[in-house]
Amino acid sequence: MRYHTPTSFQEAARLAAASGGLLRYLAGGTDVLVQMRAGMVQPDELIDLKHIPGVFDISRNADGGWRIGVAVPGRVLGAHEALCGDWPGVVEGMNLVGSTQVQGRATLTGNLCNGSPAADSVPGLVAAGATVTITGPDGSREVPVEAIPTGPGRTVLKKGELISAITLPPRGAHGGDAYLRFIPRTEMDIAVVGAAVNVTLDGDRIAKARVALGAVAPTVLLVEAAAKAIVGSTLDEAALDRLAAASSAAAKPISDKRGTVEFRVDVVGVLARRAAKIAYDRAKGMSK
Amino acid sequence: MAKDEITKGYKLVGTRPNRPDGLDKVTGRARYGADFSLPGMLWAAVVRSPHAHAKIKRIDATKALALDGVKAVVTRADLPTGLEGEDLNLQENTLAGEKALYDGHAVAAVAATSALLAQDAARLIEVEYEVIPHVTDVDAAMQPGAPVIREGAADYSVPEGMHPNVVRHMEFGHGDVVAGFAAADIVREETYKTEATHQGYIEPHACVGQMGEDGRGEMWVCTQGHWYIRRMCAAVLGIEAANLRVTPSEIGGGFGGKTTIFMEPLALALSKKAGGRPVKLVMSRAEVLRATGPTASASMDVKIGMKKDGTVTAGQVMFRMQGGAFVGMSPIGEALPCAFACYDIPALKHEAVEVLTNRPKAAAYRAPGSPMAAFAVESLMDEMCRELGLDPIDVRLKNAAKEGSKSSYGPVYNRIGLVETLEAAKAHPNYAIPLGPNQGRGVASGFWFNHGGETSVSLAIGEDGTVQVSIGTPDIGGSRASIALMTAETLGIPYENVRVNVVETGALGVNEPTHGSRATFASGKAAVEAARQAIKEMCRRAAAEWEIEPEAVEWKDGAAQPAGPNAGKFPPMTIAEIGAKMGGTGGPISGHHETNAGGVGASFGTHVVDVEVDPETGRTTVLRYLVVQDAGTAIHPAYVEGQYQGGAAQGIGWALNEEYVYGADGRLQNTVFLDYRIPVASDLPMIDTVIVEVPNPGHPYGVRGVGETGITPPLPALAGAVAAAAGVRLRSLPMSPPKVLAAIKAARQA
Repeated sequence: MRYHTPTSFQEAARLAAASGGLLRYLAGGTDVLVQMRAGMVQPDELIDLKHIPGVFDISRNADGGWRIGVAVPGRVLGAHEALCGDWPGVVEGMNLVGSTQVQGRATLTGNLCNGSPAADSVPGLVAAGATVTITGPDGSREVPVEAIPTGPGRTVLKKGELISAITLPPRGAHGGDAYLRFIPRTEMDIAVVGAAVNVTLDGDRIAKARVALGAVAPTVLLVEAAAKAIVGSTLDEAALDRLAAASSAAAKPISDKRGTVEFRVDVVGVLARRAAKIAYDRAKGMSK
Repeated sequence: MAKDEITKGYKLVGTRPNRPDGLDKVTGRARYGADFSLPGMLWAAVVRSPHAHAKIKRIDATKALALDGVKAVVTRADLPTGLEGEDLNLQENTLAGEKALYDGHAVAAVAATSALLAQDAARLIEVEYEVIPHVTDVDAAMQPGAPVIREGAADYSVPEGMHPNVVRHMEFGHGDVVAGFAAADIVREETYKTEATHQGYIEPHACVGQMGEDGRGEMWVCTQGHWYIRRMCAAVLGIEAANLRVTPSEIGGGFGGKTTIFMEPLALALSKKAGGRPVKLVMSRAEVLRATGPTASASMDVKIGMKKDGTVTAGQVMFRMQGGAFVGMSPIGEALPCAFACYDIPALKHEAVEVLTNRPKAAAYRAPGSPMAAFAVESLMDEMCRELGLDPIDVRLKNAAKEGSKSSYGPVYNRIGLVETLEAAKAHPNYAIPLGPNQGRGVASGFWFNHGGETSVSLAIGEDGTVQVSIGTPDIGGSRASIALMTAETLGIPYENVRVNVVETGALGVNEPTHGSRATFASGKAAVEAARQAIKEMCRRAAAEWEIEPEAVEWKDGAAQPAGPNAGKFPPMTIAEIGAKMGGTGGPISGHHETNAGGVGASFGTHVVDVEVDPETGRTTVLRYLVVQDAGTAIHPAYVEGQYQGGAAQGIGWALNEEYVYGADGRLQNTVFLDYRIPVASDLPMIDTVIVEVPNPGHPYGVRGVGETGITPPLPALAGAVAAAAGVRLRSLPMSPPKVLAAIKAARQA
């Protein structure tokens, strides 16, 4: 195994493009190192991204949005008051990943690139309308987060490509987001179902909404029908019922050791409903 | 009985000093199984079957042995033949013979100069399998057409016409159950199922084994019982017991799962083949879950007759239990006697069968068989109490077994404390806390026999009057502290002046493991006897110096003293003074006691649990939990409480989320703690405890074993609480959210 420490994403992309064997990027390492220790993956090339300037930074963009470096761990996101104020749903999703110790290393970008449909930080990013910058040998491009995973463990990234930053849009006024997951325990578990809701209000009415569902399909789903179900409403019971029904209808889960199809279809509606209420209250400034 | 009444006069028993192993454990100095290393040591890895049931056609280790640094490979062909009974079971579980019998069954092992190299070499060992049909469910394994796991394995007890996978049958009872059911106002019959669960000890199995070509060897191992390791390794390998010296490490949990061998003979066999170099073998968590001791899974029919006032008139059970692919591993012989042990019922009929399946060889797990039996019987008791609108504690008090009752399994009870636990539970504030919406309360009682067993203890007085006690029962739950307290109390010296060591097999006679909740009871009892022997000798030495009769000397407050005015006037001779000059007064002073400890006292307990069930997700939150249990006498109350809380914690996991999930291919799907869901700390409330003390007349300080009873009431208590909270009765464990939600939906539609 060769271990690389490039100092720019361009260099990392060139190394990756030139590599012959199995390649893994290393940021927090909470997936890669565990897989290596378990004998699941024996990479030929390990490219450590933590020597690239800026990868640990959280910075506000000129438009009021946020740029998050690929090595920023969950614990640092959770301690960033302004970011938590803008996008509490994104941060709470990331902060559900693993244990306190894992939070000291695990990153949003790693959680996204691991490609799990149950990734806790991804529904929040999708609901927020986050984008990622992909750097490859031929330059960079901006892609919505929902376009990255293509199936369990698979992403749209081609050989030589890697994510060099995550961008969250400006929160703007009267907005709120929230993420909820279902696990049988209280922590240290993988989402059986996840749901993120992001709303922007006009008075009491929802002007804009995005709803993203986790662990109910091969990839995290952005469900437009679920968003439509609550846009224009004051999130009354009828709207919540429509949201739950649309979310359940969009779910295409499997039965496995963590849950059944029937359970996931039911509970994704329940979580969408509950997350929407939290997002709405946050948008109204009624809760954090 | 109030604690003060019985512990009156004790200076140390009943106090809570720090445990002697505490500092080592919190600073990381304590040496566990994987912490042993020796010069020249090799590392081993095990090749395991990926199939639930397969014929082994060929094993080829050529490529592995060709790697530089690979020193030895062993297969079943390297082990002696001609073993029988449980010895053959042990050997067959150590390494598969003609067939792999479950997913994870060891097929070969390899030793190399590094752990990584051993793992690489294991991947290069080629095994050709012929996969054959398998069965993992206990009921399915009895059906006509189920694959036969072992031809001709059934013993004489099995009635004709049963499937060959049914290998043992048991029945007993008393009274006329037909008349009993006829006398009842209501008779209910239900079927209950529990899934297999793992002990979930935090420390995986680990050992270092060394054996020369002369068949003499040593082993350092994490175990509950090193004489068992010695006997079992000797049997599997065909060596003499005295030629294997076994030293136990500190132990990171066992719960019964470390009372047997799994991979220990492999380390010795590899060492012998590698010219006597020591071999270290450490299991991964996935190996622990796939190939070491789960408990049995069970399918159980229960029938109970009850009068309107709650009097139970008759009871009947039929249990079907599987303990893997090995005969004799299901705990039917414990489950049946435990089923109705809490009650005095005029007519009972017990029946059970053991069924083979393609699952790992079951091992003991905390009160083996009793939690399943309690789930079935106590759940039905609860259902009938609710049907009749009766208080579950009142009904249990009405039917409770007490001193003089003929137990459900035959013997007449000595002094027992079930009634006291029920009364304490009823009086506890938790039982009166009002419940909110979607909340429910469950109550259940439980029982474990407890065990005495073969025990050998030595004690020696030091030159400064401090005392060392050598015991053979590894300390899992604080027994060194408890035994030091009892020894110090007996000798009349400070707790800190007694050091209790768990010693190796070369240092004492045979000791059974720390199992059956016996360590504090049996090693403690033997230590007290050994101390009394030493006291007698110290009195003799004082008498000789004072030139009076030994009978004229008594032992008081850590010193020999003249026994009354007629004995003469001498100042007390302290243990330190006696120790300082013992070289000149007759040599070392020690005490020794060995016994097959009798006088065991059973322990009963009653649990009360409140839960809240989310009706939209089926998720259960445990709001509060109360354990009330009879300890006899709590020597070190903190460690008694720890046992109570630990039993409840494991029971909560078993009831709510733990299960073995097998795929259609018979492979275990949840081989790590991510998906084998034991409770995490934040899943549990603070578990309240009440120690009831009804002293055991068979122990010098009244000790009853306390380790196991605590896991028996949680399963039915939680099922009752969930039923009260969600309005649905789950008769199949675990009560995982998908199952609870499905039940809630089905009830709504009905």
